[in-house]
Amino acid sequence: MSDTLLHRSASQDAEALLSVKGLKVHYPVRQGWRGRSLAVRAVDGVDLSLRAGQCLGLVGESGCGKSTIAQAILGLVPATSGHIRVDGHDITGGRRADPMQLARSAQMVFQDPMSSLNPRQTIREILAGPLRLHGMGNRDERDARVQEMLRLVGMKPDAASRRPDEFSGGQRQRLCIARALILNPKLVICDEPVSALDVSIRAQIINLLLELKDELGIALLLISHDLGVVEHMSDRIAVMYLGRIVEEGGWREIFTDPAHPYTRALISAIPDPLHRDQAPERLRGEIPSPLNPPPGCAFHPRCPVAMDRCSAGANPEFTTIGPDHRGRCHLIESELQDA
Amino acid sequence: MKAGPNLYIGGGIILLVALLAIFAPLIAPYHPVTSANLMYAEEPPSMQFWLGTDEQGRDIFSRIAYGARISLFIGLAVQVMNTAIGVSLGLSAGYFGGWWDEFVQGLTGLMLSIPTIVFALALMAILGPGLPSLLIALGMTDWAYSCRISRAQVLTQKSLNYVQSARIIGFGPLHVMFRELLPNIAGPLIVVATMGVGSAIIAEASLSFLGLGVIPPNPSWGGMLSSAREQLMIAPWVAVFPGLALFVTVLGFNLLGDGLRDLLDPHGRTRR
Repeated sequence: MSDTLLHRSASQDAEALLSVKGLKVHYPVRQGWRGRSLAVRAVDGVDLSLRAGQCLGLVGESGCGKSTIAQAILGLVPATSGHIRVDGHDITGGRRADPMQLARSAQMVFQDPMSSLNPRQTIREILAGPLRLHGMGNRDERDARVQEMLRLVGMKPDAASRRPDEFSGGQRQRLCIARALILNPKLVICDEPVSALDVSIRAQIINLLLELKDELGIALLLISHDLGVVEHMSDRIAVMYLGRIVEEGGWREIFTDPAHPYTRALISAIPDPLHRDQAPERLRGEIPSPLNPPPGCAFHPRCPVAMDRCSAGANPEFTTIGPDHRGRCHLIESELQDA
Repeated sequence: MKAGPNLYIGGGIILLVALLAIFAPLIAPYHPVTSANLMYAEEPPSMQFWLGTDEQGRDIFSRIAYGARISLFIGLAVQVMNTAIGVSLGLSAGYFGGWWDEFVQGLTGLMLSIPTIVFALALMAILGPGLPSLLIALGMTDWAYSCRISRAQVLTQKSLNYVQSARIIGFGPLHVMFRELLPNIAGPLIVVATMGVGSAIIAEASLSFLGLGVIPPNPSWGGMLSSAREQLMIAPWVAVFPGLALFVTVLGFNLLGDGLRDLLDPHGRTRR
């Protein structure tokens, strides 16, 4: 046992709780009747790694593939290629390989708490059902665990016998978090966990997630389009654009020294109450179709500082900017060469 | 959630018919089959024979009471079979999609394109008359509506996060379909199933009328109508009372279905 532990900690790769390597998720689509078959490259070669007790913020506009990554990790969509490991278990096979192991490794909190709880079940059924399915404890132990989880997410014990429609959005999100944590998963994926909530409730849920992360030592994969939320929660940040990560780094690197023009545009869009007069650097246009990505750097049609070479050739490769900071942009390459 | 008059009227009718069926041996003054006595053939309604007698001198009220047993049993059993088939097919088609969905949709379209009674007639012709074949013929031919409705409901529900959550927790497709989805789509299905009991009772009566259902001399409303049609001009009560029983019972189920719809789904008040 101690041998494996030593072996694990020795290997850099195994240290990461979540490790995604070269993940591709392509959806086949057919254009017209008997048309040619194309692939939507929803996720096109993504590497991620996340350690226990860490929160990785995955940022990007709608349609950039960030939710598809979550679905691939949870095995809800099959990965076209690449590898996903959670807590030392290879789960690339997804649900077909071992759905029960997968469920105990990774769980999810959804955006909309109103539709996330079955309206016909009591909270006790919703929370104890997973325990029963996974054969954890007898009836009394399961009840005790339900009560423990309710306390942990700040709900009263009598919530167990009620139904979801008796709770507000914020309370339901607490219950969703309780359900996600009840199997003791190592990784919790939060897909826009506060976007559907009132502003006044958001801070409570964010703080709850952070407390639970520290208390239980879980890894959080936070998916959001809102850099403001990511700024509060994340230790590391990965910025996605059109199925690829364009910049990745620690909190300090991304927020104090963003390198990619897309990251800069996203950060300038965070409302800043102290500098209201500063107009944000707005992005023009829409995210391009992943069916027909633009040549060269996928971001060049919307990039405020695009150069000639950006519209030709392949997507730029990652350039290492610092020890924990890298980005895909020709501008970074030339800046580093100049320096 | 408001119970309208339909619910009470329909429920009341069904309750009366059900009591009549259950307590037929206590309520009926004569035996439905062995009381035949040609001395009293085609007696009009009187104190002795409340609803008159038929061409063999059997008490019509007693035969209606015993016939209620057949009608209710067939109606409920057939509808349980139809609903089980329709819901299983519709749930799985909506949940899995793909080629299975296309297959079930095609099968449903096929069932809808053939009139139920014609299909049942063909099956009865193969299976021969009698109760078991009646159950098979009617219980496997009228599931298209519940199939369509459950499929459509599943399509609107399955993208909701609670279904995704159940999958992520590791629940298999059977649990997700029958424990998570079914309770949430049960409302409209209960309404359709209730109204379908009425149709099933009519279908049973039709088959018995044609001599393919319940074998005489066992009492059934359709069979009573069939044997009464020759004396329609001289002894109309022989046909009128079984017909009235059939009409009131089917009306009861339809009113109950309407009332349940108003109760379960206060928003949609459109008529089918």
